[in-house]
Amino acid sequence: MASTAETDVMMAADGVPLKIKLRRAERMRKIWALGLIAPLFIFIVGGFIVPIISLMTLSVEDPELNEALPRTAEIFSQWDGEGYPSEEAMLVFAEELSTADRGEFGRVSKRLNYDISGFKSMLKATARASDELTLLPADQILQGFIDIDDDWEDQAYWRAIKGASSAYSDYYMLWAVDLKRDGETGEIISVDEGRAVYVEVLIRTIEISFAVTILCFLMGLPIAYLLATLPTAKSNLLLILVLLPFWTSLLVRTTSWLVLLQNEGLVNDLGIWIGLWNEPLELVRNRLGVYIAMTHILLPFMVLPMFSVMKSINPWHMRAAASLGAPGWKAFLKVYMPQCMPGVGAGTLLVFILSLGYYITPALVGGPDDQMISYWIVQNMGRNANWGLGAALSLILLVLTMVMFFIYNRFVGIDNLKVN
Amino acid sequence: MALPSYATPLDRAWYYSYRVLCGLIFAFLVIPILVIIPLSFNSEPYFTYPMPGFSLRWYEEFFNSPQWLLGLKNSIIVGIFATLVASVLGTLAALGLNRAEFPGKPLIMGVLISPIIVPIVITAAGMFYFYSRLGLTGTLAGLVFAHATIGVPFVIITVSATLAGFDNNLVRAGASLGAGPVKTFFKITMPLILPGIVSGGLFAFITSWDELVIAIFLAGTEEHTLPRRMWSGIRELLSPTIMAVATLLILTSIALMVVMELLRRRTERLRGIRV
Repeated sequence: MASTAETDVMMAADGVPLKIKLRRAERMRKIWALGLIAPLFIFIVGGFIVPIISLMTLSVEDPELNEALPRTAEIFSQWDGEGYPSEEAMLVFAEELSTADRGEFGRVSKRLNYDISGFKSMLKATARASDELTLLPADQILQGFIDIDDDWEDQAYWRAIKGASSAYSDYYMLWAVDLKRDGETGEIISVDEGRAVYVEVLIRTIEISFAVTILCFLMGLPIAYLLATLPTAKSNLLLILVLLPFWTSLLVRTTSWLVLLQNEGLVNDLGIWIGLWNEPLELVRNRLGVYIAMTHILLPFMVLPMFSVMKSINPWHMRAAASLGAPGWKAFLKVYMPQCMPGVGAGTLLVFILSLGYYITPALVGGPDDQMISYWIVQNMGRNANWGLGAALSLILLVLTMVMFFIYNRFVGIDNLKVN
Repeated sequence: MALPSYATPLDRAWYYSYRVLCGLIFAFLVIPILVIIPLSFNSEPYFTYPMPGFSLRWYEEFFNSPQWLLGLKNSIIVGIFATLVASVLGTLAALGLNRAEFPGKPLIMGVLISPIIVPIVITAAGMFYFYSRLGLTGTLAGLVFAHATIGVPFVIITVSATLAGFDNNLVRAGASLGAGPVKTFFKITMPLILPGIVSGGLFAFITSWDELVIAIFLAGTEEHTLPRRMWSGIRELLSPTIMAVATLLILTSIALMVVMELLRRRTERLRGIRV
């Protein structure tokens, strides 16, 4: 190459200083790299991150009244909540009711019905008579409302309208933790005993995840240790027994447990045949069924990370401990366990995180009192069509999962997410 | 860890009870899966042993049911296209991530991996919310995109792992001999990282093949997948046809597991030769 330098600056073949040439090449590499990442990045951000964020925003929105009856929403939001709203406000309300779009009206009456059940039918009757209401003189309008339905005398209904008048509110977030704002004072208070479900659901979700994690650890530790200490040929063979459930569809495994654990299922047949119990036991559609099936499904996620860490531990350490007089259990606890903590941490955190979001398995093998938070997200977004509450519950689950993953990432590193 | 000759009776007792314990746990892992297979050949519609007779009637029922066959067809179509989308996009991104260092790389990686972090119910609800505006709910295209999204992280992880063991000097050698970037990719990089791409693709496929929650949200009553059909079947009546479907799904899983194992062995063998 004739790239000789006349000064002390190194030149490339075409006379450009080498430094600049190198920098250019480096920049080209970066552009290439970003260009390769870009399609997937756009795909994930546009088709996944943005939809999830926009779903989450539903949890702080309360748009129905603003969309259906915008002037009412505005004038009610200015009312201080004392006594009755002004006659002008009532008149605006009556006018907007008579001209409201059917679909929007349906949504707003559903929203107000969350606050006070029975509001929906009352609003319907009022809307039907709203044309006549608008003709009343101002001082008779309240009486006009009361003539349609006695309940309008109760200020709670008027305050509920005010409560729904803001486009953004903490209404659904509070609901998701069994709280609400008091109509009169605006203070945050607990909802009525009968309606409080979600705190219990959240506690239950964590409780089930915790129990399943412990069960997986207790069952995973012995076999991970066995796999790690057996000769490779044997352990490879046994590893198949762990990988088979890992690869088998979750739905299939749940179905298997449903078949095995039902009253006339194999486990009951076997237990009665051996004589362990005389009557069929209730093993499914209760908490026991959930624990059994979820432990079975998540056990491989515990075993595989523990196994891969244990395999790298030098077996001579245990012999060294034994030669120094430590009994087997002591050597295991003091020498072996500390070394496999990364695997234990990875396994337990992974199982816990995965458990938190379980839906299918508890839905099939659990009873009504064993459903986890995901079930209520599906219920609210599906059958109840209460997207605000569904989004609020989703946000709680998402934050919980993210926090756990943050710990996992600190502890294990997300790149080490074991997939095989 | 065979038992040494100087083991005391207590050691011996512990050793054997530990082995028995492990045996029971392994049994707990596999028996529930294996037990379902014979039941699918039961001649009577019961789930009890001993079985009165052997029959293929539940498989016959499956292959004669337009509902089940539609589910099977849709699952195959969605699985293949979702795998293609995930493999192509995931491989390109993994190559890009491997190519250069730049600020914000961990963040980008986090974003690309995020579909396996977010609980599936939230993913499904978010996609339903988004796709319903695009008119993609109840269509196979919607399912393909959704399944590709949750399959992509597996492709990135496996291909990145393969690239970590990839010698970039091979590409430089190719380039110094006059091959352009496209040629070096197809002649050098691609053949060497192919096992990674294939195993990532298999992961993406099995993810789509077994996926249920997104299908519950996105698939309409018309365009259901096999797990979706199975789900409604289980909730109506646990029929032996479902055992037949479950058996077919287990066999698919075993087949994929074998392919993965062969790929792993091949890679190990190749690495062994190179050293």
